[in-house]
Amino acid sequence: MKARGRCWKFGDNIPTDQMVRSDRAIGSMDDMRKHVLENLNPAFARDVQPGDILVAGRHFGQSSGRAVAPKALQATGIGGLVVDSAARLFYRNCYEIGLPLLQCPGITAGVDDGDILAVDFESGIITNERSNVSLQGEAIPPFLMDMLRAGGLIPMAGRLAEEEQ
Amino acid sequence: MGSTFAEKLLARAAGEGVTQAGQIVDAYPNLIMSHAASWRCIRTLEKLGTDKLFDPDRIAMVMDHNSPAYSAKTAGDQKLCREFAASHGIKKFYDVDAGIAHVVLIEEGHVRPGMLLIGTDSHSTIYGALGVAGTGVGFSEVTATWVCGYLWMMVPESIKVVIEGPLSHGVYAKDVMLKLIGELTADGATYCSVEFHGSYVEGLSVSERMTLCNLAMEVGAKFAYVPPDEVTREYLERCGVARDAYEEIFPDSDARYVREVHIDGETLVPQVACPDTVDNVKSIEDVAGTPVNQVFIGSCTNAKYEDLVEAASILRGRHVAPGVRLIVTPASKQVLRRAIDSGVMSVLLDSGALVTNPGCGACAGDGGVMADGEVTLSTANRNFRGRMGSYDSEIYLASPVVAAATAVRGVIADPRDFIALPEGSIA
Repeated sequence: MKARGRCWKFGDNIPTDQMVRSDRAIGSMDDMRKHVLENLNPAFARDVQPGDILVAGRHFGQSSGRAVAPKALQATGIGGLVVDSAARLFYRNCYEIGLPLLQCPGITAGVDDGDILAVDFESGIITNERSNVSLQGEAIPPFLMDMLRAGGLIPMAGRLAEEEQ
Repeated sequence: MGSTFAEKLLARAAGEGVTQAGQIVDAYPNLIMSHAASWRCIRTLEKLGTDKLFDPDRIAMVMDHNSPAYSAKTAGDQKLCREFAASHGIKKFYDVDAGIAHVVLIEEGHVRPGMLLIGTDSHSTIYGALGVAGTGVGFSEVTATWVCGYLWMMVPESIKVVIEGPLSHGVYAKDVMLKLIGELTADGATYCSVEFHGSYVEGLSVSERMTLCNLAMEVGAKFAYVPPDEVTREYLERCGVARDAYEEIFPDSDARYVREVHIDGETLVPQVACPDTVDNVKSIEDVAGTPVNQVFIGSCTNAKYEDLVEAASILRGRHVAPGVRLIVTPASKQVLRRAIDSGVMSVLLDSGALVTNPGCGACAGDGGVMADGEVTLSTANRNFRGRMGSYDSEIYLASPVVAAATAVRGVIADPRDFIALPEGSIA
């Protein structure tokens, strides 16, 4: 499982409230996608391309569970996320919906906004094609890798249910 | 080497002899709570193409956010939940009148020591007040657990927080937690189980234990825990739970903790979390005098009956400052009823408070939002920008007595200026 694209870099401690604002959390997914992270970087939702990589600092996705927040990020078509660290509930929610997330302490120090990154989620290796420097992220447990390949928890549960029959 | 609370509890929930921090297990929750996201769980179940639930008695649904509905869409979502509960034999269904899920489920006696509980709300750590491992998950995970009965869990590392008491006058569990959050920072306990010990916690009311465990989420905790004791057992009896209906879990005295934190309760003063993060904590003297437009006494953190009593002790015979809005949202219908019966509600109304129906209310941006440039002092648990209306408004967090004192003065105020000290004490 790999992704390659532009690095969109965000800071530390970004709460789900700032991915999808509470007044938008009950709207349509299309509306949430168009406004995702709007107050931190309005260009992101407008210019993001399929396969781009969202990079963020410590404790990304803190605050409310708000499972629509990672869904709105996924709806932009990003190839995945690489963060210094993720909040626990946000981490779970990404795998649950099949959105690849790599924790790599030091990532924000090693890349700049606009760099081209190639990420291999299986090996955990992130290559910065501008500086030609590679970083090693934390390994994703095998069963979570299976969940990602299946497209998330629900498709995986559906597949397991079919196999049982 | 002994075991922590989390290691013992997940061993029980996973049917394993022992577990150790870092291990991943399939754990069976005793209770699966969903609130405003319940309709999403139901829609996800439809996608899964099955209707077979592992155990409807383990499912609880509470319509606490956006209640009563203010849009046809929300009304439709709530209707779906109501009908699903009726057709699938879900007896623990609480409608828009009940209040905040966490408080309602505890009051109704559904939460018992030794349980594993998952919920669609991040503040599900609150159940630790009764010696329960509670934690938040996403709605698809709730759906999958409705069907399979289990979910994956990593056994967390544990942090021991030792609080020595008693606290001084005008200082509460909220202040203890804000102090801790300021010291540990917002990710200081990410993925950890936070155990509360020490003389302050022994004999502490369940209401204050709920405040401790609720706010443990704001240091990133997975679980929070207060060891059950006689206070817990008596509280549960009042909720209709017999002493033989649960099995308490205690950590071993030689359990391994990744960190131990000590808080000296006696020297603690009222604390305030300043905009825009919960870990931006200052002592009351550093922020006193800051003008506010609105005061909110509500949320699962601090709108329990005891919280309203404390606020009323300052509001009695006083009035909210001109131009300031005081919004009080009782955590549950039971809290509201007790406040009416005891006369606390009259004190609040006489002071000029606007009292809303029980539920999450303004904490979840549901009514009580702010205009550009406004400031709210709130008893809730989060102050991120845009959480209560305008992105250009500010939220301060503090205890119910700080909130009451602030409502009276119209600026952030020290509650100790209002509290008559007991005979013989030194100010």
